[in-house]
Formats: sequence, C-alpha cells, structure tokens
Amino acid sequence: MEFETVIGLEIHAQLKTNTKIFCGCSTEFGKPPNTNTCPVCLGMPGVLPVLNRTVVEYAIRMGLATNCEINRTNQFARKNYFYPDLPKGYQISQFELPICEHGWVEITVDDTIKRIGLTRIHMEEDAGKLIHDDHEPVSYVDLNRTGTPLIEIVSEPDLRSPEEAAAYLRKLHAIVRYLDICDGNMQEGSFRCDANISLRPKGQEAFGTRTELKNMNSFRNVQKALEYEVRRQRDILLDGGKVVQQTLLWDPDTNRTNAMRSKEEAHDYRYFPDPDLVPIVISEEWINEITVSLPELPHQRKSRLIETLGLSEDDAGIITGDRELADYFETALVRYDNGKKLANWIMTELLRELKERDQEISQCQVTPDGLAELLTMVDKGTISGKIAKTVFQEMMVSGKDAGTVVKEKNLVQMSDEGDLLKMIDEIISANPDQVTEYRGGKTKLMGFFVGQLMQKTKGRANPQLANQLLAKALDNK
Amino acid sequence: MDLHTLTIHQLHERLDRGEVTSVEATEAVFGRIDQVEGKVGAYITLNRTEAMVQAEAADQRRAAGDGGALCGIPLGLKDIVCTKGLKTTCGSKILESFVPPYDATVVKKLKDAGAVIIGKLSMDEFAMGSSNETCAFGTPKNPWDLAHICGGSSGGSAAALAADECIAAIGSDTGGSIRQPASHCGVVGMKPTYGRVSRYGLLAYASSLDQLGPMTKDVRDCTLMLQTMSGYDPRDSTSVNCPVPDYSAALTQGVKGLKVGVPKEYFGEGLDSEVEQAVRSGIRLLEEAGAEICQVSLPHTDYGVAAYYIIAPAEASSNLARYDGVRFGYRHQEAESLLDLYCKSRSGGFGSEVKRRIMIGTYALSSGYYDAYYKKALQVRTLIVQDFLEAFKQCDVLVSPVSPFPAWRIGEKIDDPLSMYLSDVLTIPSNLAGVPCMSVPCGFSGAGLPIGLQIQAAHFAEEKILQVAAVLENELGVVGKKPSLV
Ligand SMILES: [Zn+2]
Repeated sequence: MEFETVIGLEIHAQLKTNTKIFCGCSTEFGKPPNTNTCPVCLGMPGVLPVLNRTVVEYAIRMGLATNCEINRTNQFARKNYFYPDLPKGYQISQFELPICEHGWVEITVDDTIKRIGLTRIHMEEDAGKLIHDDHEPVSYVDLNRTGTPLIEIVSEPDLRSPEEAAAYLRKLHAIVRYLDICDGNMQEGSFRCDANISLRPKGQEAFGTRTELKNMNSFRNVQKALEYEVRRQRDILLDGGKVVQQTLLWDPDTNRTNAMRSKEEAHDYRYFPDPDLVPIVISEEWINEITVSLPELPHQRKSRLIETLGLSEDDAGIITGDRELADYFETALVRYDNGKKLANWIMTELLRELKERDQEISQCQVTPDGLAELLTMVDKGTISGKIAKTVFQEMMVSGKDAGTVVKEKNLVQMSDEGDLLKMIDEIISANPDQVTEYRGGKTKLMGFFVGQLMQKTKGRANPQLANQLLAKALDNK
Repeated sequence: MDLHTLTIHQLHERLDRGEVTSVEATEAVFGRIDQVEGKVGAYITLNRTEAMVQAEAADQRRAAGDGGALCGIPLGLKDIVCTKGLKTTCGSKILESFVPPYDATVVKKLKDAGAVIIGKLSMDEFAMGSSNETCAFGTPKNPWDLAHICGGSSGGSAAALAADECIAAIGSDTGGSIRQPASHCGVVGMKPTYGRVSRYGLLAYASSLDQLGPMTKDVRDCTLMLQTMSGYDPRDSTSVNCPVPDYSAALTQGVKGLKVGVPKEYFGEGLDSEVEQAVRSGIRLLEEAGAEICQVSLPHTDYGVAAYYIIAPAEASSNLARYDGVRFGYRHQEAESLLDLYCKSRSGGFGSEVKRRIMIGTYALSSGYYDAYYKKALQVRTLIVQDFLEAFKQCDVLVSPVSPFPAWRIGEKIDDPLSMYLSDVLTIPSNLAGVPCMSVPCGFSGAGLPIGLQIQAAHFAEEKILQVAAVLENELGVVGKKPSLV
C-alpha cells in the first residue's frame, strides 16, 4: 500500500527584543542564573504584566511577511499548568484571538513551487530552565529565560514530506532573519520546532493518527526525525497495527524517537483570557508604518538576483536562503561585478570550505572584499584559477588577504614568455623519448609536458600560455 | 485627649498646629492596640519599630513644611498588599513567612505621602470569605459585639477602625469585601471604579474584580485616602489613565437636584426589616435634603452571585497556582517527587474555603465545561453591566442596603458556604460591573449592631457617591459613635 505523509510544524521563534515581554528585564543570553529577573518575571505575589510594544511590532512584521491577516483586536490568554520552570503556574500566551491568522509562504522542492498555509502566529512568554544535578537528586531553576518573548508559528498540515518540512522550516528561518526579529540560533533554542506527523493511504481524505515530535534542534535533525517517523509509522501500518497518538522525543545520539511519559502530556490547559492584560488594539496607521518599513524578503531578493545578475534559480535560492550569505554576496559584488562568477565561487568553494569547518558565514575569515580581491586577481591573470583555490584555503585559515598570501607564497602567475620558453627547452631536452612519441602522434602526452612545466613553476605558469608555448615548441621541431 | 480616636483630618489639624506629633499619635495607637487587640484580634502583623521610625521621619518632614494630609497619620493595611520587608500573609498559612521584596504601588504612594504603617490587618484567606473566619491566624471580633463577625474579607480593617486601633485603613473589594465589613462595623468603606486604583502589589484573588479602596472613620477621611491612592499606574495595564479630580470638593456639594435611584431588586426577599428600615430612613433624609428619588430596576441582580462564583474562582484557580512551594511560602518538607511537593504543599498550605474555590474554578475552566460555565458567566456579567448603564441613564446614584442583614454570630454560617455566598448578593453586582460604590453607616439594629447604606454610581463618578455620603453623614449623625468594648 502506498501512503501519503502529512506534516504540520509548530515553530517557536525567540524575539530579539532588548527586554522581556512583560517586564523590563534584559533578555541577554548567558548571564549567571537568576540574575536577569525581577518580581514580575519571578511571578512574585501581587505583580502584574505590562506588554512590551516591540513584541507586538515584531509579530506584526512576521504576519505581514507571511501574508497573514492581522487581527486588529487580539488578546492574551493564560495557559495553566504546573512546572517549576513556570513561576506563575501559567504561561501568558494567546488562544482564541491570536495576533495573526490565515497566512502562507511558498517553498520550492524539486523545482516545484508549493504554497504552505499558516494557521496562526501568536505571541507568548518563554519559560525558564531546569538544571538537574548530576550527583544529587535535586534540580535547580534558572529563570533568566522566563518571560523572553516568543512567537509561535503554526502551519496547516500542508507538508507532504520531510523534505518539504525542511524547506518550509528553512524558509521561515530565512524570513525571521531577514526581518531581524530573531537570531535564528537553533542550538541555543532561539528557533525551535515541533512537528505533527501522520500517514494516510494515498487518496484517502481523512487524516491518520498523528504523533508529535519534539527536541529537534537543527535543520538536519528535523528532517532525520521526520524520515525516521515516516518509516516507523509505515512499518506499523503495514503490519496492520495502529499508530498511537503520543508525543515523541528525537534522540540525536541514537537517531530514533522515544515516547514521553504519558503523564507529562496529559494536560488540560484551561485557557481563559488573561484579566491582567487588556485586549491589544492595532491601528491601521501602525500596520501601514510597519508595512512600509519591511525589508526586502528572501523571495523578493531571489527574484532580483535572477533578473539583474542572471543567476540560476538554484544559486539564487541558496544564496538568498541565508540573509548573512546574501549580504556577503552583495557586499562582495560592490567590488567584483561579475555576479555569476562570484555566485559560482560562493556555491562551490566558499560553502564547501565553511561546511568542512562547520562554520557559519558570520564566522568566515575571508571578508567579502577579500573574496572580491581574489577573484579580481584571477581575472587580471595575476594568479591562475587553480592557484586561487589554494590561496582561498590559506585565507580561510589565516585570515590574510589574497595579495599577502600570493606574495608570501610567491604564487604570482608566470606569464613571461621568455622565462617559460627557457624551462620548456629544458623539459624537451630532458625527455627525448616522450618528445619523439608526441611527435609521432601521441598528442595525449601534452598533459605530461604541462605537468612537467607546472612542477617546475610550482603551478604558477599561466595555463593558457603554457599550453600555447608547449604546443608551439613541440610541433615546431 | 485620646489621639487614637481621631480621624485623619482631625489629627492632621492638630499635627499642623503643632499640638501633637506623629510620634505621640503613633504611640497612642499602639497603646490602644495593647489595650484592646486581645479582644478584637484585628492585626496579623504589627510594625512597631519601623512605624516609630516612619513617625519620626514624618514629624521632621512636617517641621520642614512638607506635611500633606496623610503625613504622620497611622494607617493599617489589609494584609493583601505587598509591603517591602514586612511580612505579607494574605491570611494564609501558605504565605505564613512571606516577606515581599517590593512595595505595592498603593503602599508606595501612602509611604511617599508620609503615612505611618502600623501593621497588617486580618482578612479572610486570600480574601475568600464574608466573615473573616477563613483567616489562618484567627478571626477578628466585631467591636460592637465580640460574639459577632466583623465581616469580610477586609474584616481586620473594619474592626481596627471601629476599635480605634488605627486612624484609617485600606481594604480590598472583590465582591463586597470593603463594603460589607464596613457596614457591619459602622465605618466608611469605598470600592472605587475598577481601574481607578493600581492593583500592582495587591495579591490577586480575582483580577477582573479586585480593587483596593479606603476604609475610614468618616467620609472626609475617605476623600483624603482616595485622593492619594488613585491614579494611573504604568505597572498595571488595567489601571485607567484619566485625571483624578479633587474629591474633597464633593463634600460640600449637597444633593439638591441629584437623582437618587432605588433599585427594587435590592429590597427583595430575605432583607432584614431593621436593615430595610434604616436604609429607607436614609433615603428619606436624602429626599428632604433635596434629592429626587426614583424607582429603578436592575433586572439581572439575582444572577450576580451565580456569575461571580464562576468568574472569581476561575480567576483564582489560576492566580493561586504560583503558590506551589517551589520558590516562596509554605513548602512541605517530606515530598518525594515534584507532584508530591505540589500536592502536599498546597494541601497543607491552603485552607478549606480556598481549596473549595480553586476546585470550583478549575472545574469551570475545564475543557468541555468552559462554554457552559465560564463563558455563560461572562455573558451574565455583560447583562449586569448593561443593567447599570441603563439605570444610570435615569439616575445619578443608586442607594440600597449593603448586607441583607446585620453581622451574624461567629460560627453561624461557616459550615454553610452557600448561605454565606448569598449574603453578598447586594455587593457583587458593582464588582461585576466595575462601578464605584460605598458603604456609609446609616443606623443600628435593635441589638446595637451597625447597619450600612450602599451608594453606587457610574464609572468614575466617585464624587457623586461622596456628595451623597457627606449629606447622609451630617444628617444621620451616626458616624462618630463608638463601641464601648468593655
Ligand atoms: Zn523581570
């Protein structure tokens, strides 16, 4: 039997505001435990929340960038449950009246553009963190993160494969980065994702029983976990079994999912409107203001690069999929105006080197200007394209600029005919047998002679000139 | 002269003339407490050392020419507002040893005005009760008859005032908790418009209903307290940003031409005849003073109690979730797991009435019941708001009894929560509607227990209430009568 996969994602993005959502505490990451706290975020008796307006602005930005309707009146609600990282015993979130609804984004998978629906985006506060003692049966609570603003973005069950889910996740990641509302760090948990996944026989309308996947803290893990879960559910269904509705945690060490204890998920959250916060009323004026201030979005930037520079769909998609990478590209473009060559270099050399080093573009030692300089040297014939790759690797390691590396390593391309001819003569004299064979018609040996010349010049010979001069010298006698 | 018997304005005049000091007045109040507190039991915590420091500071301030109406005045605070460094229990074992790290906005305002904080006054646990019998630290007695309740939940505030154990006090009112004890103890108590006084630092019972207000020995004092307590607070999103008028101006306005509505639903079945008689004579006096009396109807009054006992417990079930034994307050020492810690701390820390309301509220918000209970209650609330809006098209104020009967005997209703809940039928609607209201003394029962008259007005029309109250106070001559307490 053939099955169709149905996936919906719930994404939590921590907003990059300076202060928390309902008090004036700093949101800075990495402070000593319980230092970014005050009576309000500690949930002391008698305190009241006061909404940080920037949170609303960021949520509206996200809503506008994802084609949502912005609810002109929306409201906070309390989500009630007990846990030590939740000092009030309830989380302030939105329930019946979220700030944004009915949006969509487009993703591209296998050259096909697909529209994915967004059910809603709502604002809420983050909880604190529990730290479990390794030796004693005690746990500590750090409430620094308590009250950090989040938006939760809930998709429709429109995703039909783990690849689509990953593409959607990357798309939303790109959008929050472009809007500059979230730092997008999945390891630190400032951009995290839960998935609902079910299988149904192809052609069937009704959804199958779904499971919820949690704890996938990288793009790769999201895809791997979903792929695992597709296999797991398919095996169950093919065996005639039934999928149990439950919450599963992805274990990246064993590459499998484990069920959470059912007690931990048996919640009735008893949502009700938070009486401490008045409904949020959003004016047309404010929405217009935010609309005008929206930056260029990933898909807009992609179209522009394709139209103005002639980049391929794939190159433009990958480069604009990461705001920092696209910024890098466009900064280099100021000094080096061959967009296609630049894109090609980034797609092959730069991304490969970063991947090998497990680095982000922001950690890259080679500046955009440095890359522009390197490519300009190739275009001018100062170094060969092949040498440039060596130079680039050196730049990635040392952070030195191209000129310095070339000078220090004496890598300037040899384009002086006299010098090269002298060496060619030496090679011809030293290899009489090969010369005879070549002249006898075994022209394949040209590679051998080029190799000899490159060896002698330590790879610095201008390749075109070397070929030209060698051919001339060998053919002439 | 017995300084503790004075009102704010009487003491203020003497302080201003330099006849007495705040230190002397504060000592007099503590002297009175030493004398009668054993009988009354109005306080949970006394602030002796710090109060004397505050009194000295107030005297210096006044000497420097900076003495406002409340400077150097000894006040008692209901133990529901956070006082920095001073234990705040909310009448509950679960907060037995809780010392807040901050002052409530109202407390800060009173301190900034130079008030002297005598101590924290008894109350029903988490303000849940109408007799102060649910307090974990004993039940204060009604100074007019020690066998009777002083009312609740701000019972300590009312009892302390009647017994002259403070010059003025603050209370909080969620369904009548200022007005009902004020009525039972023969003092003045006002619940201002919802949003008039900041709730920041008020331990929440039912956030959409709670409001702090003054409890005083006379109407003029009420204006002085209200003046200081009122105003927009950026820390409270539900506080309203509209100007605070000069309330004292209302005291001399009289009631000529004022339209006084008498809601027929407030004089229904179950109303004690002595209470009705006292209130009706108050209404007659207003008429004689030039007010126009008219009959009005608030048809949904009877549904108020039912709606209240869904909405208030629902909010409470969430508001009281933070008392979990993890960070502050009572924590059970023999818990074996997290769940066990929650269960044992909360079972051991909360009293039975609080548990009852948490259970009711949790039930009302549960999935599957939300629409039938909580949503329905909100709809009833809307109807009650409309009742008031309609009524205030026809009149300026509404007058009625506060409590259907005078203070009952201690223990009489404690095992019958439903009958206790129903005693709040006349005070609950104003909380549901958010309108301002007051209890002002209007007479005594045959047994010598005080009876209060309730005045309600439209949102932010506290001045009209004060106008009426000032006239009644003058004409009735009830205020100023003291219990013998011997
Ligand atoms: Zn804080």
